Amino acid sequence: MNFEYKVEGGDFSNAGSTSSAVKRIMKQIGVDPSIVKRTVVALYEAEVNIVAHAYRGVISVDLDEDKIRIVLDDEGPGIPDIAQAMVKGYSTASPEVREMGFGAGMGLPNMQSNMDELKVDSVVGKGTRVEMVNYFSHPEQTQA
Amino acid sequence: MKLEDILRLVDGKVKGGSIANEPEVDKVFASDLMSDVLTIKNAQKLMLITGLCNLQTIRTCEMAEIRAVLFVRGKKVTEDMVELAEENDMLLMETDYSLFRASGILYQAGLQPLY
Repeated sequence: MNFEYKVEGGDFSNAGSTSSAVKRIMKQIGVDPSIVKRTVVALYEAEVNIVAHAYRGVISVDLDEDKIRIVLDDEGPGIPDIAQAMVKGYSTASPEVREMGFGAGMGLPNMQSNMDELKVDSVVGKGTRVEMVNYFSHPEQTQA
Repeated sequence: MKLEDILRLVDGKVKGGSIANEPEVDKVFASDLMSDVLTIKNAQKLMLITGLCNLQTIRTCEMAEIRAVLFVRGKKVTEDMVELAEENDMLLMETDYSLFRASGILYQAGLQPLY
């Protein structure tokens, strides 16, 4: 199954609606609840990142029998130093984002800890692409 | 602990949402930082105590599988927060007590910390 969702930068009232929709679909088809949780937490972090940092983005979800693959493509300022962005505590979030309870520099590390695969590519001045995959076959890893 | 006991202990009120089954919580996490809430593992019968009162608080709890939220320091939940909580079978409560006071009372009464 393939799904595509559009996300608008700055639209905090709808931030999380894609994650919510994906959560519903994963639950409906009977994916292990711990994998659903890991996936939607990572997706929500990534979705909030688009709303917080980019102008707009598209989230593509590929749902197979054995895995979920999510690609988030945004048009935005990009990330100059991805390794630095992966460091816990590093953040460039605005005061508005911090008031929402985010911007603590924990998003990318948390995405990594919740997904089996995470790849971040970015071009400064153009945008960022986040690709993440979770496999359904080993839920025991979710307890780590 | 039953939610009605929690409400009595912190002089709180239910402000919307619902919990369909077993209106009780076992463990509590207290934070204003949603980034921190999103790092919670293995939440079951979990309540969040927070002073951060906006729609993203509810969205975060939806993703983190939190079933009840106690808003402190007299923060008022809004209609759109209640709607989202109802969609997700989540209960919203308010108290005028501070985060420290509410947490202390509930800890003393036997509610367990998550970590």
